[in-house]
Amino acid sequence: ILHATRPLHTTQQCLAPLPPLPEKGGEVRYGLIPEEFFQFLYPKTGVTGPYMLGTGLLLYFLSKEIYVINHETVAAACILSVIIYGVKKFGSDVAAFADKLNEEKVATALAVKNEAIKDLETAIEQEKKEQWRVEGRSYLFDAKRNNIAMLLETNYRERLLTVYNEVKKRLDYQVAMQNLKRQKEQDHMIQWVEKNVIQSITPQQQKESIAKCILDLKALSKSAQAAV
Amino acid sequence: GPLSERRLMDVRLGELPAWLATCNFSPQGLLGGAQKAWNSYYDKYINVKRGGPAGISMLLAGYCLLSYGWNYQHISK
Repeated sequence: ILHATRPLHTTQQCLAPLPPLPEKGGEVRYGLIPEEFFQFLYPKTGVTGPYMLGTGLLLYFLSKEIYVINHETVAAACILSVIIYGVKKFGSDVAAFADKLNEEKVATALAVKNEAIKDLETAIEQEKKEQWRVEGRSYLFDAKRNNIAMLLETNYRERLLTVYNEVKKRLDYQVAMQNLKRQKEQDHMIQWVEKNVIQSITPQQQKESIAKCILDLKALSKSAQAAV
Repeated sequence: GPLSERRLMDVRLGELPAWLATCNFSPQGLLGGAQKAWNSYYDKYINVKRGGPAGISMLLAGYCLLSYGWNYQHISK
């Protein structure tokens, strides 16, 4: 249930936190009669006025039997004495306990608020850091541009090398072909010349050459025998 | 201020009939008046940080008096 006694949102611009609860309640004397009554009677009757009024009223009710004394009076007196004894004895302890509960509630709320504030502050610092990082963007882009230029250069040089190798391979092929052709021509010519020469050695010439060799050998052997 | 908007405690004795005339005696009016009275009592004596026995003791005393008044016929026999 919402006790809408304090005016909420009645003004145009509502101040954010609610006004805090008052510390103490209205002053009450003897737990039953508010102070305002005593203050009301003070100008006319001084300090003892209300007490006189109370005594007079009490005697009047008793004498006129407006308030009868029966068993309920005794019961009420006993109950009242017990209540007053209990309140006087345990009042401060109960008050301390209630205050502790209140403190805990306020402390949790305060902790939540502080947590939120701390989180927001860290967020602010990170935001500032991000802003500082943004300033370094130009360096980042320069480095990237350098990388790309290097890649392009490397690629270009690789392709150049490929071209060079391919062209060299083709030229080597041509050179090898020419060499091979020349070699084959040479071999073929040598073979043909040898074949023709062997064919042209007639039997007659072969006998003459063998006889000459034998004569030469005999001469050589004679000279060798002489040397030995 | 104007008579109809003052609270009962601020009305002087001579103006009481006039103030009663401006009062709203329909059911909603009475209910609203009772609600306002309870709220002012609650805010003054119960809805505070460090209250005492005064808040409920006055309610209990009033209840005692009221029940005595209702049962007076039976008691005074």
